Amino acid sequence: MKKLITLLLVLALAVAMVACGSATDGDSDGDALIKVGIINNDPNESGYRTANDRDMKETFTEENGYDASFFYSLRNEEQIAAAQTFVQEEVDYLLISAAGTAGWDTVLQDAQAAGIQVILFDRTIDADDSLYVASIVSDMALEGKTAVDWLAGQGLSEYNIIHLQGVMGSAAQIGRTGALDEMVAGNANWKLVTQQTAEWNAENAQQIVQSVIDSGESFNVIYAENDDMARGAVAALDNANISHGVGGDVIIMGFDCNKWALEELLAGNWNYDGQCNPFQAAYIDEIIKNLENGVAPAQKVVIMEEKGFDATTITQEDVDNYGI
Amino acid sequence: MPKTIKNKFVRGLSGLAHKQIFIPFVALMLLVIINLIADPSFFSITLGTNSAGYPVLSGNVVTILNNASELAILAIGMTLVTAASGGQDISVGATIAISGSVVLRVLCGTSTQVTTLQAPIIVAFLISCVVSMFFGAFNGVLVAKFKIQPMVATLILFTAGRSIAAWINNNRLPIVSDATFGYFGNFIPGCPIPTPVFIAAACMIVIALVLKFTNLGLYVQSVGINAQSSRLNGINPAFIKFLTYVILGLCVAVAAFIKVSRNATINYSVVAKDIEMDAILAVALGGNALSGGKFSISSSVIGAYVIQFLTTTLYSFRVQSDALSAYKAVVVIILVVLSAPIVREKLSEVWKKIAPKKAVKEAN
Repeated sequence: MKKLITLLLVLALAVAMVACGSATDGDSDGDALIKVGIINNDPNESGYRTANDRDMKETFTEENGYDASFFYSLRNEEQIAAAQTFVQEEVDYLLISAAGTAGWDTVLQDAQAAGIQVILFDRTIDADDSLYVASIVSDMALEGKTAVDWLAGQGLSEYNIIHLQGVMGSAAQIGRTGALDEMVAGNANWKLVTQQTAEWNAENAQQIVQSVIDSGESFNVIYAENDDMARGAVAALDNANISHGVGGDVIIMGFDCNKWALEELLAGNWNYDGQCNPFQAAYIDEIIKNLENGVAPAQKVVIMEEKGFDATTITQEDVDNYGI
Repeated sequence: MPKTIKNKFVRGLSGLAHKQIFIPFVALMLLVIINLIADPSFFSITLGTNSAGYPVLSGNVVTILNNASELAILAIGMTLVTAASGGQDISVGATIAISGSVVLRVLCGTSTQVTTLQAPIIVAFLISCVVSMFFGAFNGVLVAKFKIQPMVATLILFTAGRSIAAWINNNRLPIVSDATFGYFGNFIPGCPIPTPVFIAAACMIVIALVLKFTNLGLYVQSVGINAQSSRLNGINPAFIKFLTYVILGLCVAVAAFIKVSRNATINYSVVAKDIEMDAILAVALGGNALSGGKFSISSSVIGAYVIQFLTTTLYSFRVQSDALSAYKAVVVIILVVLSAPIVREKLSEVWKKIAPKKAVKEAN
C-alpha cells in the first residue's frame, strides 16, 4: 500500500513537472507571437477576396509578431467547424469573415469561455454583440447610396437605367440595389429599363444589355454592381457602336475598384467606380495591438472608409493606391 | 390528289415524328412561332458598325447563334461521352475554368496586365488543348479503366477544377489588353459575323467528317448499347470510352478559348457556371438516351441552340434572369415526360388511329 502511494506521488510529481515545463514553454511562445486563427471565404471567389486574403497574409506575419493559421471555405458550417478547431487549439484571437450570418452563437460562446477574443471582419453575423470585441465591415448600403448620390449629381433630365445585379441575396447586392430602388421609387424621371441579375458574370451582363439594345429601347445609364458586369455591358455597347464614358451617351458605373476598372475610368471609358475596401487587416492589427496593451477598441463596429471614384477627377495615383 | 402520294406524305410525316431530330426541331419551331406572335421584330437583323468602325451584324438571331457556340461545341463531346459510357461529364464547367486559366497563364506569363503578349495566341491555345485533353483523359481513365460511374468520377474535377484554375494563375485575375486576342470571341475586323459562329461551324464540320470517314460513330454506339458483345466483336470498349472523354476535353478547350477571348479575362468562380447542366440538357433535348447507345450529334447541337434561343427569348421578355433555370426546368419536365416509353407508345397509338382515318377521308 505504502509502495503504491509513493508511486502515485512520484507519478503526480513527474506529471506536474512536465506540465510546468510545457506551460512555461507555452508562455514564452505566447510572449513572442500572438496566435490568431483566421477564417475567410475562398480567395478565388473574386478579385475583392483575393486582395483581402493577400492583405491578411501580408499583415499577420511572424515579423509582425503573429502566428497565423488560415482556413478558407464558402460554406458556413465548414467555417463553424474550423472555428471550433481553433478554439480547441487555444488561439489568442479568432478573426472571422462569415459565409453566412446564422449559427455562430455556440462556437462564439465556447470561444468566450476559453478567453479567446473574436473579431469579425468584412461580414457581420446574427449574434449578440457581447460575443465579439469588434467588427470591421463595409457598409454596402452606404456604397450604394454614395453611387446613387453621385449619379443624381450628374443632373440628367432623365435617367433610363439598366440595372445589373449581383447574385441575389448577397450583402453587396442588397446594399447596392436598395439605394437605387429607393431613388427610382421616389423620382418620376428615374426609370429602370431593366433590372436583372447577371450573377456577377460579365457574359450574362453582356447578354442582358444586348437584349435591351436589340429591343430598341433607349437607356443612358448602366448601373452594374461589380466591375466584371460593367465590363460585359461595355462590350455589348461597343458592338452596337453606342458611345459611353465621359462625354458619351451612356454613363457606366461599376463597383469594387479593380485596377483595370480604374484604368478604364482614367481613360474616360467609364464614369464611376465605387470602392469596396478589402484592406481590413491594418484595422484589425491596430485593435489587437491595443487589446494586448489593455486598451479596448473605442467602438465596436468599425465601418471601413470607402470612396467613389469619378472619371473626371481620378488620377494615376488613385489607380495605384486603390486598385485591387 | 392521288392516293399514293398522300399516303406517302402521311407516312413521311409519321416517319419524321419517329426520327430523333424531331423533338429538338419541334422545340425550335415552337420558340420561333411564339416569338413571331409576340414580336416579329425579334428576328430583325441589322448591319451596323461597332465602336471601332467595322461593320457588325446585330439582332437577337445573331446573339443566339453567337452565344450558343460554346454550348454547341460542348454538346458534340457530351453526346459522344453519353453514348459510349452511358453517363455524363459534370466537370466541363470546371475544366473550362482550368483551360481558360491556362490560356491566360501562357499569354500573360506572371504579370496580371500585359499589353504585349508573352507567347503567340496559337501556342497558348494548343497548350490549353493538351491540358484540357489531359483532364479529359483523367476522367476517361476513371470511367473506362476503374469503371466508376461517370457522374461520380467527374465529380472530382467538378469540385476541384475551379480551385485548380485559380492556382494555375496564382489566384490572380489576369487581363489581356491586346486587341487580337479578342477576335476569337467577338468580331474579326471587317467580318460582320461573330467569330464564335465560325469556330462552332468548323467543329461541326470536323466531327461530321470524322464520323463519316472513320468507324468512331459505329464503335461508340455499339459500346454504348452492349460493351460486352462489342468486346467479343473485337472492339476495345475501355479505349472507346476513354477516347470519348479525350474528345470532350478537346471540345472543352475550344469552348474555353472562346469564353476567355470574349472578355479577355477570367473569373474562376463564375466562368461557364452551370454549363455542364446546359450541355447535358442539350443532349437530352436532342432525344439521345442518357443511358447510352444510339446517338445523334446534330440533334444535340440543335438542342444547344434551342437552349440559347430560350434564354434569349426570356431575356427579351424581361423575365427575371434568376428565374431562367425554373423555365429550363419546365422544358426538361416536358421532355422527360415526352420521351418516356409509355407516353411514346400512347402517342404513337393515337397517331396510328388518326393517320389512316385521315388518309381514307382524303382519298374519298
